[in-house]
Amino acid sequence: MYALLAFVTGLLFGFGLIVSGMANPAKVLGFLDIAGRWDPSLALVMAGANAVGLAGFAVAAKRRVTLLGTPMMLPTARTIDRRLVAGSVVFGVGWGLAGFCPGPALVALGAGHVKALVFVAAMVAGMGVFEIVERMRARSTTASQAAPAGE
Amino acid sequence: MSIDWAAFTPWAALAGGIIIGIASVLLALANGRIAGISGIVGGLLRPAFPDAAWRIAFLAGLIAAPLLYTAYAALPEIIVVAGYPTLIVAGLVVGIGTRYGAGCTSGHGVCGLSRLSPRSLAATFAFMAAGFATVFVVRHVLGS
Repeated sequence: MYALLAFVTGLLFGFGLIVSGMANPAKVLGFLDIAGRWDPSLALVMAGANAVGLAGFAVAAKRRVTLLGTPMMLPTARTIDRRLVAGSVVFGVGWGLAGFCPGPALVALGAGHVKALVFVAAMVAGMGVFEIVERMRARSTTASQAAPAGE
Repeated sequence: MSIDWAAFTPWAALAGGIIIGIASVLLALANGRIAGISGIVGGLLRPAFPDAAWRIAFLAGLIAAPLLYTAYAALPEIIVVAGYPTLIVAGLVVGIGTRYGAGCTSGHGVCGLSRLSPRSLAATFAFMAAGFATVFVVRHVLGS
């Protein structure tokens, strides 16, 4: 049931991206090009999503368990650090280069676009780089912590 | 700045946004999860993932959406202007950036802003600014 609902939600999310026009990178780039002929559509997608989200997440925030009775797994981090901002800037550069962010790229992949497949493959590789770097970093910190002072 | 009225689709954008909002709220209420696409994909690359089933199910739904959509209506056009080298660089950068930034347009821009998260506001401001700057440089400075 848990996974089935996630499938339905993913489907709905994909429909939203298609209807909104955001599955099309050319339209996303039209929004990001404020110095050219600007297409403000993406701002209205955000407005629509956030209007529903503000009400819905206010309800979700008050709940301790989900409608299925499982624990809520919503994030709790509050601090704005360099990692968050630098990572987001790096993401924004990639977004501006191709007009793809993760969701629309997966929808375009489903629509059979080879270019979306190439983008998604590179994106997963990039995420893999993050995992490898983070695991190496975790290992070196635990190793230095575990190592006795005399070593 | 001049608005491209021919390209501007306010009602479709608003309607699509509302659907995205409903989907995000549904995943939060039913599964207790954030509909952040980069986080859902990235979570599958973790060493241990006991929660792989819902992640795969959500992504399968996302990928299946255009297939089901075409059964009832014509799929809006998807135009990818970027060439393969650009797509590879962009993909790598998006993958690394979204993991370090702990989210993308959906996780921060939709869910995070809706939750009034200061982290997501900072992240959304950062990636929007970088996106605007990148397109400005590519289209108006380098002039492709």
